[in-house]
Amino acid sequence: MSALVDKSKVPWWVSNLIVPLVNLVLALLVSGLFIFIAGENPIQAVQLIIYGSFGYIEGFAYTLYYTTNFIFTGLAFAVAFHCRLFNIGGEGQAYLGGLGVFFVAINFSFLPVPIVWLLAVIGAALFGAAWAFIPGYLQAKRGSHVVITTIMFNFIASSLMVFLLVDVIRDTNQMGPHTVVVAKELWFPTFKDFGQFIGLKIRYSPLNISFLLAIAALFFVWFLIWKTKWGYEMRAVGHSTKAAVYAGISPHRNIIIAMLISGALAGLLGINEILGVHHKVIAGFPAGYGFTGIAVALMGRNHPIGIFPAAFLFGILYQGGSEVTFDMPNITRYMFVAVQGVIILFSGALENLFRPQIESFFVKRLNTVQTV
Amino acid sequence: MVSPILELSKINKSFGHVQANKEITLKVNKGTIHGIIGENGAGKSTLMSIVYGFYQADSGTISINGKTINLKSPRDSILSGIGMVHQHFMLVENFTVLENIILGFEGEIVFGKKLEQAKINLKNLCETYKLNIDLDSIISDLSVGFRQRVEILKSLYRGAEIFILDEPTGVLTPQEVDELFKILRSLQKEGKTIVLITHKLNEIMALTSEVSVMRQGEMVGHKKTELTNKEELAEMMVGRSVLLRINRTEAQKGEVVFRVNNLQVKDDLGVMRVKDVNFEIHKGEILGLAGVTGNGQTELLEALSGIRKIESGEIQLFNETISDQNNFLNPKELKEKGLVHVPEDRQRMGLITDFKAYENLIFGYHHQLPFSKSSILKEKDILSHSRKVMEEYDVRPQSPHLITSNFSGGNQQKIILSRELNENPKVLLVGQPTRGVDIGAIEFIHQRLIDMRNKGVAILLVSVELEEVLSLSDRIVVMFDGKIVGEKVNKDVTDREIGLLMAGIA
Repeated sequence: MSALVDKSKVPWWVSNLIVPLVNLVLALLVSGLFIFIAGENPIQAVQLIIYGSFGYIEGFAYTLYYTTNFIFTGLAFAVAFHCRLFNIGGEGQAYLGGLGVFFVAINFSFLPVPIVWLLAVIGAALFGAAWAFIPGYLQAKRGSHVVITTIMFNFIASSLMVFLLVDVIRDTNQMGPHTVVVAKELWFPTFKDFGQFIGLKIRYSPLNISFLLAIAALFFVWFLIWKTKWGYEMRAVGHSTKAAVYAGISPHRNIIIAMLISGALAGLLGINEILGVHHKVIAGFPAGYGFTGIAVALMGRNHPIGIFPAAFLFGILYQGGSEVTFDMPNITRYMFVAVQGVIILFSGALENLFRPQIESFFVKRLNTVQTV
Repeated sequence: MVSPILELSKINKSFGHVQANKEITLKVNKGTIHGIIGENGAGKSTLMSIVYGFYQADSGTISINGKTINLKSPRDSILSGIGMVHQHFMLVENFTVLENIILGFEGEIVFGKKLEQAKINLKNLCETYKLNIDLDSIISDLSVGFRQRVEILKSLYRGAEIFILDEPTGVLTPQEVDELFKILRSLQKEGKTIVLITHKLNEIMALTSEVSVMRQGEMVGHKKTELTNKEELAEMMVGRSVLLRINRTEAQKGEVVFRVNNLQVKDDLGVMRVKDVNFEIHKGEILGLAGVTGNGQTELLEALSGIRKIESGEIQLFNETISDQNNFLNPKELKEKGLVHVPEDRQRMGLITDFKAYENLIFGYHHQLPFSKSSILKEKDILSHSRKVMEEYDVRPQSPHLITSNFSGGNQQKIILSRELNENPKVLLVGQPTRGVDIGAIEFIHQRLIDMRNKGVAILLVSVELEEVLSLSDRIVVMFDGKIVGEKVNKDVTDREIGLLMAGIA
């Protein structure tokens, strides 16, 4: 209860920039401590992270590739959150989204390539949305908490996909749990192709035109949430169900719509992974992006303007982190999972830990400046 | 010569661009009942929140018994002998009175001696001040009036010398108000000091010895109560002369437009709260529904406005059944038929307090022209509409981008009214239109309601403010325990008659 800060006096840049930055710095300090305990030099590790994610063009491309995935899953979480729904099921929805892409790519490959791409985007969105629909429906009509059901649905998605990838759609010419490769002309142009086109020699990286789709998705979500009737209604339901009912806005309907859009956005991860990178569905391709998306959204304060830098930051950590694990024998991949965990802890769970102190500090400083 | 027990000097406090308190200076003498009166948004509550340590002043000093103190939190103010009885009680519903009072001041880990001691002390306090509270009863079993006494007892137990009461009579029946006044007088007799925040001039006149008037964040004057009168105070509050009586002409009643037959409604827990209710409202008439809070009015309003399903009976609008036990129209459909609702619970139902003002000004109408087209919000039109109605209804501050929770109660209510009345309704359901609203705004809101009636709107006015029901209604029905216990034409009826009906005695 101490130091109650008058919210209306806190400048927007303190609560939206300074506080997240302080949390991030703290997280990095704690992570540095981990690295130090593991017997490596934290400063060197930071240098490696920066070199790995910015130091050479392919490294930077990798960073943007990861960013793409985090934008999709971060937006997915954010849309549901505006309706006060914790969609923890991005992972499963993304997995099913990949199946949608594959389904389109196999069945509609006779159509012109741009049309197939468009259909694939729709397919990814539809499959992702369908997987989010059931928890959304159960929440709206039966009151089953969406956190519980979406977590369960991640497991169900995982089992379902393993079953499909082993027994139904496996490429029967080999043993691994993955499908056949989709037609080569459907593969998304990559950054390497782009380099070739303008006469630059760039080595392979998974960055592809899905990145542009992710940028489009950022605009889409911004427009949806703040400029349309649907976004308005979703936010209304999120703030107060009672008021929504009074105004003739159906909470049930909006809970379902929010989950559908959220699932659709998570499903788009399948586009990046299937058409852009693997060109087939492989077991476990969402690789935790769905979960990290939660942290991205929380760190980005559920606003597209915040989600982009947050996704980029996690992109840096993913890419730079793999550089570190490569060069520092004592740092394993799991170490970086821990680093991510620390960032999630500080920007999510402990988000309000230092907020009052920081805000009151700035409010006082600004007051003295004004009175002087 | 009496010495000031509480002294404020040059208190300043602003929220964003709004300066809620400007250079406030106040002296409260020991052993007096000191009234603070002012319109909503005048800064009374902010000032008292500063005294209670809930907010910190930007500048200025607070002294108690001549000693300057620094209040960082409510705990500091409790230790300095300040007790506050909030408008909304801060009690744990499923705890007993005793448990609530010692909460945070238990003084021991395993209850034993100190609890016994506390019980004895509390019993003594109850006797001294004639509070008549059973320490072992559960809060949720107590009436609102008794809960308020528990709050007073809590402050007494914590050693309060100064009691701040924020709009204490808003939730009480006339009889309960009398009881409260007796308690306050006995507190005063024992040398305690009371600061009474209110917007009701009657209470100031009846109870206080000194009164301070606030207007728009400033202290505009201090008066000895015996040397002033209601008219003068009202004028000081508003800054101009006010009509304390509504100009109400005879109603031009038309045909029946809204009818309720044998209505039964249950609450969320499945308890029947509206029992076999019948009434009708004519075109161009205000039907007042009086009653103490919690006698089924809330459920009735929700059922009539399509929010709550009904158990049996029917509701008719223009001789068409809009609700029976099988079907009911939702609020959106009802709005289209010309029935609008200004809800009792302004902050949780009528508004989304986290939304910006302009977003609330279209709430419930956001889906239709001119506010949206093809599901896309037309921001420019929304903003120009917002500026227009905010000016028309004198909503202050006139900034559509301000978050709604930063507006005062009266201005929030104006936001709702401007939104609902703008749609030219045929039937208007209004719940507690002026709860927590200042005199200037009350006058404005009442005048709007009368104007609507004169235009031929059928109005149901549900209010726990008896004075409001009496001054506005053409006919009055009284609700007690879910039933309509009386109906009076508002001509020669007295507040005493209605008060007895409200208490379920007559």
